[in-house]
Amino acid sequence: MNDQRTDPEKGGPAAPPAKDVEQPTAATGGRAAQVLREVTTGGFGVTVLAFVLALVIGGLLIIAVDPDVRDTASYIFARPADFFGAAWSSVSDAYTAMFRGAVFNYDAPSAARALRPLTETMTVATPLIIAALGVAVGFRAGLFNIGAQGQVLMGAAIGGYIGFTWSLPPVLHLLLAIIGGILAGGVWAGVAGFLKARTGAHEVIVTIMLNYIALYLVAYLLTTSSFTREGSNQPKSPGIRENAQLPLLLGDQFRLHAGFLVAILAAVFVWWLMTRSTWGFRFRAVGSNPSAARTAGMAVSSSFVLVMVVSGALTGLAGAVQILGTEKALTGGIAGSIGFDAITVALLGRSKPLGIFFAGLLYAGLNVGGRAMEGATGTSINIVLVIQSLVVLFIAAPPLIRSIFRLPIQPALTKGASA
Amino acid sequence: MKLELRGITKSFGPLVANDHIDLVVEEGQVHALLGENGAGKSTLMNVLFGLYQADSGEIVVDDTPVDFRGPGDALRAGIGMVHQHFMLVPVFTVAENVMLGSEDTKAGGFLDLESARRRVRELSDRFGFGLDPDAVVEDLPVGVQQRVEIVKALAREAKVLILDEPTAVLTPQETDELIEIMRQLKAAGTSLVFITHKLREVKAVADVITVIRRGKVVGSAEPTASEGELASLMVGRAVSLGLDKAPATPGERTFVVDHLTVLSATGQAVVDDVSFDVAQGEIVAIAGVQGNGQTELSEAILGLQPVAAGTITLDSRDIAGLSPDKVLHAGVGFVPEDRKVDGLVLDFSVAENLVLDLYDKAPYAKGIALDLTAIRKNAEKRIDEFDIRTQGPGEHVGRLSGGNQQKVVLARELSRPLKLFIASQPTRGVDVGSIEFLHRRIVQERDNGTPVIIVSTELDEVVELADRIAVMYRGRIIGIVPSTTPRDVLGLMMAGVPHDEALAQATATPAPRDDQTGKTQ
Repeated sequence: MNDQRTDPEKGGPAAPPAKDVEQPTAATGGRAAQVLREVTTGGFGVTVLAFVLALVIGGLLIIAVDPDVRDTASYIFARPADFFGAAWSSVSDAYTAMFRGAVFNYDAPSAARALRPLTETMTVATPLIIAALGVAVGFRAGLFNIGAQGQVLMGAAIGGYIGFTWSLPPVLHLLLAIIGGILAGGVWAGVAGFLKARTGAHEVIVTIMLNYIALYLVAYLLTTSSFTREGSNQPKSPGIRENAQLPLLLGDQFRLHAGFLVAILAAVFVWWLMTRSTWGFRFRAVGSNPSAARTAGMAVSSSFVLVMVVSGALTGLAGAVQILGTEKALTGGIAGSIGFDAITVALLGRSKPLGIFFAGLLYAGLNVGGRAMEGATGTSINIVLVIQSLVVLFIAAPPLIRSIFRLPIQPALTKGASA
Repeated sequence: MKLELRGITKSFGPLVANDHIDLVVEEGQVHALLGENGAGKSTLMNVLFGLYQADSGEIVVDDTPVDFRGPGDALRAGIGMVHQHFMLVPVFTVAENVMLGSEDTKAGGFLDLESARRRVRELSDRFGFGLDPDAVVEDLPVGVQQRVEIVKALAREAKVLILDEPTAVLTPQETDELIEIMRQLKAAGTSLVFITHKLREVKAVADVITVIRRGKVVGSAEPTASEGELASLMVGRAVSLGLDKAPATPGERTFVVDHLTVLSATGQAVVDDVSFDVAQGEIVAIAGVQGNGQTELSEAILGLQPVAAGTITLDSRDIAGLSPDKVLHAGVGFVPEDRKVDGLVLDFSVAENLVLDLYDKAPYAKGIALDLTAIRKNAEKRIDEFDIRTQGPGEHVGRLSGGNQQKVVLARELSRPLKLFIASQPTRGVDVGSIEFLHRRIVQERDNGTPVIIVSTELDEVVELADRIAVMYRGRIIGIVPSTTPRDVLGLMMAGVPHDEALAQATATPAPRDDQTGKTQ
């Protein structure tokens, strides 16, 4: 404050310092949140278009790397039909192989073999869907839980430990192992929420760091006697006991297990939580406008903790389901890339339970089908990675581009500027 | 210089902000552009200043069509603009700010600060601005900063000066001084475009008044038109401006703030030893220029700001330091000053926003399950009761107009039994028609026997609603006066003059000021 302002003769008021300083940061924070909201809750049409566009570009890549097509390309002007024919057959072969590998193998000798690809896709999709639901809860509440990978690992480690160490009656053993996984994931993510609420530490950084801690913690545990098989120094745990295993759904021929039902239940639960419960109301309010939530008496900091715990509980459940249903033993690589793929699936599914369910199946289908494609046509599975990445890129790009160029997002928002 | 806008059309997506607007500004004329928030005034001026490109239509300067690709083109054509939010570098001196953007250099590339100083002094003397070219801008009062903006435009030889809501940040005294400056500029041959929604000021200074509503010119008026006529043109229907409220019947003083101090993040006292009380059935208005601690005071009462010292007593219970949740639960209704930031979750539905602080209580929740039917029924009731113009309870609040958004906030806060009602800037950015409605609802709450606190920077609103007025200046309450206190006394108090002194000053020079601004008691 300066002396000049106190001069009553000049009629000088005190300038408004505080609000002026706060506004820019609030605006940029709002913009970032806006982008996050756009990415996570946009329209279904964009998703479909992004997928189609990614498949087209993937097709072009398949053509580009196919040796037969390259041969015909050398005499493309002499006989263009050869080139286009070869290009078409290489793409259609690759994509039909992918379909046969992921959904329905119509060339299979038996009905069971024909249906196996679909059940395989469902099996792979199970942990993806559950973990993505967890990530989505964070998204809807404005928190970016990048730590799904670590939470999946911790869920698998604790759920697995209960599964292969304790000896309990059926049902109860399974239930406890699952609860163990849920708690482990919840606590692991809760740490990030607590640090954010207490110190303002950004959840992205904390959860990424927690990923590393979880990774090396599990690697260490796998060197201890309580986590390894007797007489073995392999970093692999004993098998999950029969009573703690998720039952198979379609008999011994298929890997599909009851975890898929757990995924469906989890999706229903998240739908109920976000749209029909007071917790979800608070999560969404805090995620959308923390200032208004605070003014309305909601405890914003404690919401951060709660959101992260719920988010981590779901991703932890994904880890438990993966070990109790699919892997049946703990290894350092049990989480694969589930935690990171879950982020993609949550984006792809627009953070909505139903969307995530189908996005998870799609994503898993691409992986499973990609392997089949590689086996059948020799097309590299990396094409699948490119397609998956492109889908996300196209979905994420429009709002990002709008944000970068500061284009109006919708007319309602420009109204203030034209006032 | 004569400036003409012909058929200017500008749309943002489906929203047509300007629809074939024609406007002629003659030389040496004050042309007032009157319209509500969102009517399209600022868009039009941004088109004129080259910040937006019009979709169609043309700008004609002295009968020559021009094409402005950016503010630089507009400046070269002699059009200057004083923005609502000043475009000054706070740490630069007045002279440095004035030369910014057209820096003259001496031999060797050195800045020619001396010529800028000379220019400032020259213009300042000519119009009696009293500017020191070497004063640092951030040390200057807001009104003086505005003069720096004007000098900046004049230094670039602006023939047409656009003033965008210039009085929004000024005290009443500064407003009077600005109006005097506008008269001098006009006398010197400068044309002025004066954008505002304040009828009183328009009448005081304008030669021609053009009224814009929903992006269209809906008419022009003479400055002799009554405020009621102007308001009706602006809104598009008849509005009654006066609020005939019955005199207050104050009851028991149930809300007491005693020696309250709130510190800013840097440790300065933003609310400094403030004491006042509010009786049941009474409206106390906290008046003051924006940024004098009113916001912090209201937020401290709600528990959003930590209390450094003092007590806040509601029904003989100290609520200082309680969390917002507990304060709301104790029966405080709170309307924050910025509804879009603190009042509403814009991508929530109307129904959800109407229960934003009650969502976890019966009847809207059973355990942790929401009762969507109860929430919807509540919404239907409030929409009806508060005349909220919406497509339905499920519509997103962000799609409503400012006035209807504010109704949602008020409807929510008034929908439960209250022991104290605090409203900050209850009608900021709200159309004239809704202002009337909101004011009546606030008075109705008072008549129900609730103590009411209104925080407002609009003197009109303060005088209209208050039973008593507490004027805040630099975190302190400089005086608590009856609502019959003359405006110019209030204005002086808002500038930091104690009540007695203000009364003496105002009675010493009453007549000219009232004449200039058309202010009456």
